[in-house]
Amino acid sequence: MDALEVKDLTVKVEGKIILEGLNFILREGASHILFGPNGSGKTTLISTLMGLPGYEVVSGKIFFHNVDITDMSVEERAKLGIIVSFQNPPEVTGVKLGDLLRLCLGKPASEEFSKEEQGQIESFRLTSFLNRDVNVGFSGGERKRSEILQVIFLKPKLLLLDEPDSGVDVESLKMIATEIQKYVASSGSSALIITHKGDILDYIKASYGCILLDGKFHCFKNPLRIYEDIKRVGYEECVSCRLKTSVGWKSNGKTE
Amino acid sequence: MAKQSELTNIPHKILEEAQQAGIEVQDKNRSGTFFHLNQETIAAKVNESYEGKLELMDIKAALKKYSWLEDYMWKMVSKDKDEYTKKVSEEYSGGYFMRILPGAEISFPLQSCLMITQRNLEQKVHNIIIAEENSQAHIITSCLQHSSVPKASHLGVSEIYVKKGAMLNFTMIHQWSENTTVRPRTGAVVQDKATFVSNYVCMRPVRDIQMYPVAYCEGEDSRASFNSILYGQKNSLLDIGSKVVLTGRGSKAEMISRAITREGSKMIIRGMIEGNTPDCKGHLECRGLIMDNESFMQSIPELIATKKGVEITHEAAVGKISEKEITYLMTRKISREQAVSLIIRGFMDVSILGLPDALNSEIKSIVHSAAGAD
Repeated sequence: MDALEVKDLTVKVEGKIILEGLNFILREGASHILFGPNGSGKTTLISTLMGLPGYEVVSGKIFFHNVDITDMSVEERAKLGIIVSFQNPPEVTGVKLGDLLRLCLGKPASEEFSKEEQGQIESFRLTSFLNRDVNVGFSGGERKRSEILQVIFLKPKLLLLDEPDSGVDVESLKMIATEIQKYVASSGSSALIITHKGDILDYIKASYGCILLDGKFHCFKNPLRIYEDIKRVGYEECVSCRLKTSVGWKSNGKTE
Repeated sequence: MAKQSELTNIPHKILEEAQQAGIEVQDKNRSGTFFHLNQETIAAKVNESYEGKLELMDIKAALKKYSWLEDYMWKMVSKDKDEYTKKVSEEYSGGYFMRILPGAEISFPLQSCLMITQRNLEQKVHNIIIAEENSQAHIITSCLQHSSVPKASHLGVSEIYVKKGAMLNFTMIHQWSENTTVRPRTGAVVQDKATFVSNYVCMRPVRDIQMYPVAYCEGEDSRASFNSILYGQKNSLLDIGSKVVLTGRGSKAEMISRAITREGSKMIIRGMIEGNTPDCKGHLECRGLIMDNESFMQSIPELIATKKGVEITHEAAVGKISEKEITYLMTRKISREQAVSLIIRGFMDVSILGLPDALNSEIKSIVHSAAGAD
């Protein structure tokens, strides 16, 4: 079964078409690494899948486990299990990280974290941030750690991670990526992970490497090879060469 | 005084509302309790363990006891300031006299409650607070009106003396009804190395309130802060300001306000810091949220310098809740309503009041229950 199916999706942002006629599927229980040059629409794609305001679906449909979610609100999608981690999450003055994490876990504000949860918070090195306002004065890396911990606490079925590795130090990258892999493997959920770097692949066992290029979405097996290819010959050459050799499946989602 | 009784003798319904405004009936967490109901002081009691550290009684009884107290009357607020002070000067039903004795450190707050349960009553009180040298205390005072009373007004004159080296944190919680007119008139003097913190919390609808307390930082290195948390709803009119006059060498002033206006409420937040000595400093911060198109918010910061070297700044922001923050919280399985209420509760940041932990969480729950009730 497919976790997500996108059919002929056209998206407008501030009156300008960013994605046009996009078709693809994400496989259930698989992690997909999404590569693509700056401005190719990766963040727009994730934002549209999440249903964020400002991303207008002009035409096309999005199905999550065969349910049409195209017109669903952000909250409805989140409740179905689609959870995003932001590249640049906003500061929320007055809301404590601890309270937000409790909400993510579905706990009442008065309830303490369990031993296991405390351990997770500690391994994300966020214990001293629990009484701080969400993202206020957080460094880039601290924001990413907070984002990923929230995502894991929300127990998603589909993780949409927008550059979880940017601005993160080597040690934190290893921890973040290992935790993502641990969650995905144990829950059998699917993931779409945007990155510009390959390091994350050392820890995440991704099944597919996908490239968003010129409004088309291409997915191939062996993401590490894809990444190496991109580094060597660039996005365009990598895609055209792969399409010729017919490895993986095409942009319409049909396996060849 | 035969009439003065334990709080537990007060009718249950009245006490219940007083509790919502922060009054503790079991007064073990309070150093003293004062209760003025309509036109009569019905309780004025210092907790045993604080005897010898503070005095608390009705102002009229205090004036009989201490002839020197006359010298503290109408010094910080002038009788002919306006029609309301004139009325109080002609006739008043009482008020509290609080005196924290020299060097006393009062760990539990002193509480006072001025309550109206009679319809059409014009409650007029005159309060005096004296924080003697090197004393430290927190006072929490609630002014409220029983919800069954259709119409009333409250005129209160308060004169506050913070003497050398003393610290006084005075938190006022107002809980009026939609038909109350409120006119507090407050003046305070802050002496050498003394600190006066005045907090004002108004979370319930009120017909019309107008206040502009003034602190005179006359002492060297004296400090005054005015902090307010205001929630205007149901056509309330709140005109809330404060003023600090800095004349003591190295004196400092700070003002912080958090205000929300909705449901046709009109809110004017004023703040004036006047620096009359070369090395004084002041900062004023006002943040306001407007929730609909029927309401109104105006922020009027005024900074005055009369000497070279004065350093006074302000920042003010009035606007709506950020849609981006709401959406962000919604991506965490939180409904829009819940997200808005989370942000509002966070915005009403009680920590600006500088209260000790226990009192902080008490006030926080008052603010949260009022802000989260929608």
